[in-house]
Amino acid sequence: MSIEEKTRGKVRVVNNRYKFEGNFHYASPNSPMINESGKLVGVTNPRDMTYVHTYGGEAVFFESLSQGKLVASRCDNDDCRSKGSIFMPFRIHCPDCLMRATQVDITDIAKRTGKIYSFMICERSGAFNTLPKPIKFINIEFEGVCTILMGYLSVGTPVMGMRVVPIFNTKKPTYTILDLSWVPEGTKKKDLPKNFTFG
Amino acid sequence: MITFSDKQLKVPKMSKPVYMVTGGCSKFDRSMPDKRTEEICIDALTEASQFIGMKPRELKEYIHTCYYGHFADHFGDQLLGESVIHDRLGLDPLGNIGIKTGGATGGSTLWEAYKTVASGYSDCTLAMGWERMDEVPTDEGNHLISCAADKDWETPLGHIYTGYYAVMAQKYWQVYGKEEASFRRTMAEIAVKNHNYAVMNPHAHGGMRITVEDVLNSPIVAYPLRALDACLMSVGAACAILCDEKTAYKLTDTPLKIDVTAGSHTLRVACRRDMEIPLLPNETKETYREIDKRFPGGERYPGFTGFLAARMAAYYAYNMTGIHDPTEDLDLVELHDAFTISDIQTYEDIGIRPYGEGRTYVESGDCYHTNPKTGGPGKLPANISGGLLGCMHAVGATGIMQVVEVGQHLWNRWGEMHGDEEKWKRFGREKPKDWKNLQVKGAKRGLAISHAGVGSHVTCTILQHPDHVLERRCP
Repeated sequence: MSIEEKTRGKVRVVNNRYKFEGNFHYASPNSPMINESGKLVGVTNPRDMTYVHTYGGEAVFFESLSQGKLVASRCDNDDCRSKGSIFMPFRIHCPDCLMRATQVDITDIAKRTGKIYSFMICERSGAFNTLPKPIKFINIEFEGVCTILMGYLSVGTPVMGMRVVPIFNTKKPTYTILDLSWVPEGTKKKDLPKNFTFG
Repeated sequence: MITFSDKQLKVPKMSKPVYMVTGGCSKFDRSMPDKRTEEICIDALTEASQFIGMKPRELKEYIHTCYYGHFADHFGDQLLGESVIHDRLGLDPLGNIGIKTGGATGGSTLWEAYKTVASGYSDCTLAMGWERMDEVPTDEGNHLISCAADKDWETPLGHIYTGYYAVMAQKYWQVYGKEEASFRRTMAEIAVKNHNYAVMNPHAHGGMRITVEDVLNSPIVAYPLRALDACLMSVGAACAILCDEKTAYKLTDTPLKIDVTAGSHTLRVACRRDMEIPLLPNETKETYREIDKRFPGGERYPGFTGFLAARMAAYYAYNMTGIHDPTEDLDLVELHDAFTISDIQTYEDIGIRPYGEGRTYVESGDCYHTNPKTGGPGKLPANISGGLLGCMHAVGATGIMQVVEVGQHLWNRWGEMHGDEEKWKRFGREKPKDWKNLQVKGAKRGLAISHAGVGSHVTCTILQHPDHVLERRCP
């Protein structure tokens, strides 16, 4: 581990306050940009900094992934036309009545009914990507869920209508959406990517 | 199945009519290390001033409020870039504000400037948009663009916006395109058309004399999309001046009536819920009877095959301005052709063709300046500027550039603004020996669509020549 990695900033939360420890930025000198005639055009502006971000009411979703569970939310408001709608992506509030939605575990529903609605195999990625390329983006429909979750397929080649099941990074979670992936129904445990399980 | 209330579907009615009196664009290019952003903005405002025979200083005296469209602060590491430009344009002490709605930023900037005049707050507003995406390497640029997606649910997935968008293209390709080779060629035709039109545009940086085979043989970006199916990434600025009637006629003899509307839909495509298709004036429920049988897999609306935001922007705009059938009532359009396939999707969203039948707009030759099938004028030419594929996509400027382009046809001055030898030289570009004036003859009304990413924001701008203004449809 480099000195930068050892000292890179970490955050604890105490009494609902952020406690910053370590370095959250590293300063580097700038350099000039010169054109072919040797004239100054501008300068580079290096930046290396760490952002902090709360999941707030969505934290339960990301924490559940590390426990091998897929947690959605459902509107249970009797006074809402969307009562009974199950949302995945998880929503803290119902988008119609704005009442706090109820957390529901849909892991079994996802395992039984997950089906590819659309997909895309992408050869390119942006800076900071950690997924292996090509990235197989998939959009998954579930029975009884009113939305279509985006994710990535870790095994096989996607096709429309393919049955897929969720897998979870339970061994070394990143606590990001990357802890949730998908594989075709019937995939063997031995074929799962490192650190992933069926939950 | 979700529904919308009557109040939400109310057709807007403005307090007073609004007119566009002029507009201007800078040169557009992939990168411009020789210019600061303020220089290209001043180029655009100078062109707008000269278009109506004024000096920038004279035109500035009319401006009362300023709207600045600039999407990606983080590309330039400069927050409040709008204030930098406002200062450099010397427009103190006027009220000003920055607008950001992703790819629709240009259209949204016009929307705000328009409402300010319509409300009576200002007699004259400036809508100025720009972007520069040339100051980071491409992969970091891809990451920065992906930050416009949901940072927890989408951005970590590859840090590449194309991936989030392309799943919709895939759905359309399979459901409405039926994965047919003929549909793939129709997509390619759009790229050929727009790149070839851009050859005649001195502002454009994507002019290319290409063929369908060139498109089909270009590298795959995300199947079925290839490199030549995708829009440019650009630097540049565009502006428009909007006025009330009295001020407009002081500045020009032929101000164009302008109306701008907007729609929205979920930031995450994942959150799209099923609904009935909202109908445009030229459609009935019968139009979509058994659409799921004609196009298996197209059961959901909008699913991933349509853009609700575009449909709603068109719904408000057509009912406000009296447009019944865009193909009959309009003379040209500038659409947000970020990808060839999204261009086809937009034909359907805005009612040029019903859902599922967008390809026929291209295949009939209607979308061309000169219909290749008949040799006569195209019924509703699209993207004569070259569009985002051939002219530019300098995000904050794009929606304004499109409206300026439509305006120049309605003013019958497209040839003058694109054929000027001096302009070609000033931009360091060689005017083609076979340069052709693509003026749409007799153009009276036009439309421009400005569209953000996966359809979170869309605006619809209608321009009408003052002698050919239609009557509003709704009370």
